[in-house]
Amino acid sequence: MGKIQRDIIEDWKRTDLARDYKKRGRRRNAFKTESEIPLDDVYTSDYLGSIGFDEDRDLGLPGRFPYTRGIFPAMFRAEPWIMGQYAGFGAPKDTNQRFKYLLEQGQTGLAIALDLPTQLGLDSDHELALGEVGKAGVAISSLRDMEEIFNGIPLSRARQIFTTANAISPAILAMFLILGKKQGIDPKDFKIVLQNDILKEFVARGTYIFPPNESIRFNIDSVEYCTRYHPHFKPIVVCGSHMRQGGATATMELAFLLANAKAYIQAILSRGLDIDSFAPSMEAQLSVPMNLFEEIAKYRALRRMWARMMRDQFGAKKPESQQAFIRVYTTGYTMTAQQPILNVVRVTIEALAAILGGCQSLSCSAMDEVLSLPTRKAAQVALMTQHIIAQETGVADVTDPLGGSYFIEGLTSRIEEEANKIMEKIEERGGAESAISQGYYQRLSREAASRYQQEIDEGSRLIIGLNCFEDPEEEIHIDSFTSDPDLYESRLKGLKELRKNRDNQAVKACLGRLKDVAQSSDNTIPALIECVEKYATLGEIFDILREVFGVFEETFERL
Amino acid sequence: MVVDHKIRVIIAKLGLDGHNRGVRVICAGLRDRGFEVIYTGIRQTAKNVAWAALQEGVDAVGVSSMVGAHLVLIEQLSKEMSNRGLNDVVLFVGGIIPKGDDEALCKMGVKGIFRPGAKISEIADFLNKECKNRKQ
Repeated sequence: MGKIQRDIIEDWKRTDLARDYKKRGRRRNAFKTESEIPLDDVYTSDYLGSIGFDEDRDLGLPGRFPYTRGIFPAMFRAEPWIMGQYAGFGAPKDTNQRFKYLLEQGQTGLAIALDLPTQLGLDSDHELALGEVGKAGVAISSLRDMEEIFNGIPLSRARQIFTTANAISPAILAMFLILGKKQGIDPKDFKIVLQNDILKEFVARGTYIFPPNESIRFNIDSVEYCTRYHPHFKPIVVCGSHMRQGGATATMELAFLLANAKAYIQAILSRGLDIDSFAPSMEAQLSVPMNLFEEIAKYRALRRMWARMMRDQFGAKKPESQQAFIRVYTTGYTMTAQQPILNVVRVTIEALAAILGGCQSLSCSAMDEVLSLPTRKAAQVALMTQHIIAQETGVADVTDPLGGSYFIEGLTSRIEEEANKIMEKIEERGGAESAISQGYYQRLSREAASRYQQEIDEGSRLIIGLNCFEDPEEEIHIDSFTSDPDLYESRLKGLKELRKNRDNQAVKACLGRLKDVAQSSDNTIPALIECVEKYATLGEIFDILREVFGVFEETFERL
Repeated sequence: MVVDHKIRVIIAKLGLDGHNRGVRVICAGLRDRGFEVIYTGIRQTAKNVAWAALQEGVDAVGVSSMVGAHLVLIEQLSKEMSNRGLNDVVLFVGGIIPKGDDEALCKMGVKGIFRPGAKISEIADFLNKECKNRKQ
């Protein structure tokens, strides 16, 4: 059967196909995906046979191992994915208003963007914070700011509350726990999701504070604490997305994500926790650039690889441990500053890929993100894009609608194969932490990003409005994001008052205990909770920790 | 080459912004076009960058900014550079820079502003031209 089919295909290629190319030309000599996986003219069952695809082993059914078709049996027929737009800017009161608005608009999850000083454990009045306060997100210097952000919004109001806290995540966790207590809400009734993925910060994004090893110890404290006391929280989201935005291809994104996940799992296991006690709370975060089918296949491949890794390498037995919960953010680098309204189309296609790939949570970028922080109107369009896909297109009505497609199944398997090859190379370098310290991830990403840019510059990669179909009359209009001009001054004043009015004796004592705990191998969360409750600032807390753990700094590099 | 020696340029990330994809691509692209490139890594201070510019005798300093802190940071850098007598070093900026800030940046001594979509060849041409003027 296979042989006969192959002969038929070969014959078709030699005759019909060759004639058509000759007659109508050929757009490109060779077609490939973003990860440089070569693409054939057409895919058939014979191709799936040739790569050893086994339907029972590799595909299965939705909600069943290896979860290629989705982690839930009913997927979006039960309920749509979580629509969580990323928001947060300026002063806590500005973010409070934006959150109230988004909740009214039917948003079901809250995602808090933090400004850079906050993400680096610096108070708004720190010298290095000048010019950055309230810019990339909201400024949080103490529990007081959290109280203001959630003023009138009980923590139980959203399906989940997510933050991009990474280096500082244990302190943010402590703040949420105290905030819940103050709002009189049992932690069982709200759900905190911490990004808490520090390894990727050394590759892309850059908000690390301590050296890698000390960082992992500190960040794993959050996972250990939640596993023991709040197992329904999600204390770690292992991210491929930022490294993808930083240049990595789809296969690198998967390999880096899984290798980092492995490093975290090993660190958590060394705390004496059982794999099935924490694996269910781990999540994965992926990006979604424009190559539609490769992206769809990527999510399917991730689920299969995650399931196999959990079961076969770590002996996880619970189905929940083997199911990859996937969060998706649409992509910044595919958006153009030229004709920004075209980004609405790009975001729609990217969102569609994430949904067809079976994601659990999706955040769509606003069309103007490449120009400034999103305006309210642009943020609304981004959220409505999701509602349109969910309600008007029918794509959510059948689970894994592309499953069984020769092309999608073939690509899913090829992506898994290529990502595994990269993972082996990471393993040869001693695992994620050491491969990152050696600059291996960084080099691969950098080379891929340079290739991408070169293709745009020389015109072999066409980006509409950027290097083809340009609008000669258009002037790029980058809006200055106008935050409250008094923001900085009021932050300074607020911090001054806070430091004056709180119980400074108590703060000093708590910070002293934090130092002792950090120097020991004990979990730092209880000490952090105490510091936060007494209104110690993030800056004070992290000054202590910087002293104990040391800081990591990039050095000048000659190219 | 337009000038008699390799043009030496520092590409800097100032402040707390860690976005480094663009800056990395530009460093590699300028290197491939024959420039001598020193990349500062992320989170450098204006003082360190100005000091390095002096020590290395660079022809130009480029700053990448993505999160809107450029006015404060470039002002600091420009002051630190002039304190060290580096007024003739070509200062340029790239990233997410609102048009409305051009005038202020110009007053701080910025000679070139490159926004999303700029080609590396444009930056190279700019440097060749500006650094040649500087030598005359």
